[in-house]
Amino acid sequence: MDMHLSSNNGPVVDRNEAEQRIAGPAKERLVVVGNGMAGMKTVEELLAKAPGRYEITVFGAEPHPNYNRIMLSPVLAGEKTFDQIVLNSREWYDANGITLLTGEPVEGIDRAAKTVVSQSGRVVSYDRLLLATGSMPFIIPVPGATLPGVIGFRDLADVDAMLEAAARGGRAVVIGGGLLGLEAANGLRVKGMDVTVIHLMPTLMERQLDPSAGTLLQRELERRGIEVLTGADTAEILGDERVTAVRLKDGRELPADIVVMAVGIRPNMALGKLAGLDCGRGIRVDDQMRTSDPSIFAVGECVEHRGVTWGLVAPLFEMAKVLADRLAGGEGGAYTGSVTSTKLKVTGVDVFSAGDFSGGEGTEDIVFRDAARGVYKRLVLKDGKLLGAVLYGDTKDGAWYFSLLKDGADVSAERETMIFGQGFGGADAGDPNAAIAALPDSAEICGCNGVCKGTIVKAITDKGLTSLDEVKAHTKASASCGGCAGTVERLLAVTLGDGFTAAPTVKPMCKCTHHSHDAVRAAIVDRGLKSMADVFQAMEWTTPDGCASCRPALNYYLLCAWPGEYTDDYQSRYINERVHANIQKDGTYSVVPRMWGGLTTASELRAIADVVDKFAIPTVKVTGGQRIDLFGVKKEDLPAVWADLNAAGMVSGHAYAKGLRTVKTCVGSEWCRFGTQDSTGLGVKLERMTWGTWTPHKVKLAVSGCPRNCAEATIKDLGVVCIDSGYELHVGGNGGLHVRACDLLVRVATEEEVLEYTGAFMQLYREEARYLERTAPWVERVGLDHIKAALVEDPERRRDLNARFLFSQTFSQDDPWAERAAKGVDRHEFNLLAEVG
Amino acid sequence: MDSIITEATALETVWTLVGSVDDIPVLGSRVVRTPQGDIALFRTAADEVFALEDSCPHKNGPLSQGIVHGHRVTCPLHNWVIELATGEAVAPDEGRTGHVPVRVEGRSVALALGEAKLSRGGCRKACGHV
Repeated sequence: MDMHLSSNNGPVVDRNEAEQRIAGPAKERLVVVGNGMAGMKTVEELLAKAPGRYEITVFGAEPHPNYNRIMLSPVLAGEKTFDQIVLNSREWYDANGITLLTGEPVEGIDRAAKTVVSQSGRVVSYDRLLLATGSMPFIIPVPGATLPGVIGFRDLADVDAMLEAAARGGRAVVIGGGLLGLEAANGLRVKGMDVTVIHLMPTLMERQLDPSAGTLLQRELERRGIEVLTGADTAEILGDERVTAVRLKDGRELPADIVVMAVGIRPNMALGKLAGLDCGRGIRVDDQMRTSDPSIFAVGECVEHRGVTWGLVAPLFEMAKVLADRLAGGEGGAYTGSVTSTKLKVTGVDVFSAGDFSGGEGTEDIVFRDAARGVYKRLVLKDGKLLGAVLYGDTKDGAWYFSLLKDGADVSAERETMIFGQGFGGADAGDPNAAIAALPDSAEICGCNGVCKGTIVKAITDKGLTSLDEVKAHTKASASCGGCAGTVERLLAVTLGDGFTAAPTVKPMCKCTHHSHDAVRAAIVDRGLKSMADVFQAMEWTTPDGCASCRPALNYYLLCAWPGEYTDDYQSRYINERVHANIQKDGTYSVVPRMWGGLTTASELRAIADVVDKFAIPTVKVTGGQRIDLFGVKKEDLPAVWADLNAAGMVSGHAYAKGLRTVKTCVGSEWCRFGTQDSTGLGVKLERMTWGTWTPHKVKLAVSGCPRNCAEATIKDLGVVCIDSGYELHVGGNGGLHVRACDLLVRVATEEEVLEYTGAFMQLYREEARYLERTAPWVERVGLDHIKAALVEDPERRRDLNARFLFSQTFSQDDPWAERAAKGVDRHEFNLLAEVG
Repeated sequence: MDSIITEATALETVWTLVGSVDDIPVLGSRVVRTPQGDIALFRTAADEVFALEDSCPHKNGPLSQGIVHGHRVTCPLHNWVIELATGEAVAPDEGRTGHVPVRVEGRSVALALGEAKLSRGGCRKACGHV
């Protein structure tokens, strides 16, 4: 193929310009199919390099001159007019001697005769043919997709259709939460429509943004009044004569006057295919943009190059340059693919991404979050080079990152400071202290409280401050979110020189954050943070999606703070809580059905025996919590085992949960000659009240019928010891690693009081203890007086705590086994993805 | 269970289709059973898919049951952290579990089981565990 082209090219290169002009008709004929950005960029470049070399004819399917397609969004939003986005007027075509045929799609190519034929029957001969047919919106093949009122977002006609619909008001549903879909949604919203975006993926623009940035973007769009439904799959578009609604696979119906399909684009390769050119996902081209026919070239969104298709403008222009050079007779460079960046064109929303930010082997993340300014930045580095960048809220350094990325520059020297942007470093970018020293006095250090460098330095020198806490107290810098604490410490170091030693700070939750458990919890409640992504942003997490240590803790804190509102994040739970059984060392599970207060019946025992036989369960053991543990159950058998146990009236014993485990009892006054009260009955009542709750760590209760304490109630998280005059409540005991006897909390007279105290104690523990802190260390940490003050000395607070506990229980007392055994919840957990070989 | 299609490409790598990306929960895992043992497929927040031998280099814990974060998974048995891309244990722990090349085309996930570097479990430390 190479040989063919160069021999063809030979005489052309030798021909001089004068000859060309005189020769007139002997000029080579270049026919361009497609009057879009890629085709016309090629022509423009070609005219600049070799004016007058070709007799050029351009076919355009649209009735307009060439316009800037990527500016259609501002046209929709009313920020630009069509005239403002026209790239080349008809006069320009005339002035350059180009024959422009608009509204005239090409329908066929006769490669043998080297002619194209248009829809109107016009036949034009070519020496070189350039296909720049672009792409088409991908219309998802659901019923109703062809109804009037369903539009793509591709050309001016689509924009006109949207503007016309918007003028009538009403509701728009945009299918697709990518770049184009969101620009369409914003435009329609600006024009006054009620807009809902349906997006299949869990976060918006997932190809350009990581989940953190995607979530911030979603919040911003929601603030603008756009409804966003993620994880939403379109089932059908409804309507008789025109669209009336969209139905999702989960059954929800969204009324719609128009539906904009913006789920993606497909290379428009029909013409190439019809002509028998080699096509894959697009018209296949080599590095010189040649198709399988050496006289035919292709550029833009219609091509497949090295297995990749492109839908952004920068790669198209890079292709156009290479091809123009070639057509002009030059040696031409080679197009070898592009590194791309994207920016969302929604006014006031700054989003930028470039390169590969998916991470992977050997990469490291630098994450910067400024909660006060709503900024999120993430850089992905590998081998000292920038691999990708995602910026939200502050994109002014996007171009700088992009150039570092494209150049493959070694950034190891700037690694420490580059996240702050270009020019942060000043004299010596590699040294963070020097970088801070180089900052002007007016540089804002604490975004929350608006404190600048000069103020802090002055306070340090004037008042002789030597610690972060003192700076905090005097200037308020780092007193709110604490995100600038590190910078303030550096400022102390720079100002004081050797006189400064960093003070030990609070123990952070994990390596993802500098905040403590208590600070994060307080922020969740005080600042109304209701999702994990909100916490990551507000508390300036340094990882994109947390770790195995902080995620379960945050999930618990959110669940505890927002009962009924927060949706449990299943993937942030430890495996036992995720599958409601206990993993064993061989990867099998153990199953413990609940036995209320340690009571069971013949039919329950018979059902357990049958399950053991049916599923060949190898080990059956009586537990310390007065129930029966079935060991060695295969994961895939769990739902069937549960179904059989459910059928006999048994529910999950939560033996796997950071939650209420058991209420151990002795038989009490019903049978025992020493029994003072109905300890078994009270135990059952306590278990009925508290089962299903989620707590910072596991919770075990017990009720003993007399001070002989056969139920070992004084080494439980909460133990009740019955006495003649009523009940003793003991708290904070533990019979495990560090044995701790309970502290006596209070003596009460009635069962009702026992229940109220228990609910209140549970809630206080739920709200105040740190995740994975048992009641014993918690009581030791806060002191028994603190617990007594809340529960014993303040009856109103006790009642409120109990009421909050009972309210949260209304959302937690669904048997998780029944949901999985009968309702198919989390079915994928218990099935193999596939079996091979 | 999904249907299995095996195809050979020009490179003679045999890619075995095992399902769709959407079958794996985000920040979760699914298991493919093979004659060489169970393979755990992981899906990250950024929608990438990785495949590891479903066995921690420490004491063979099923990694598929762990918590996925970033490009790592934490083993459910003793909290070893394993790199999804390489199967390498994150320091200070030492060890490596087998990994399998993954190809995602569209939403389909295929494994190159023939090129998997599998090594059945066992403790790599000199602590006597098998």
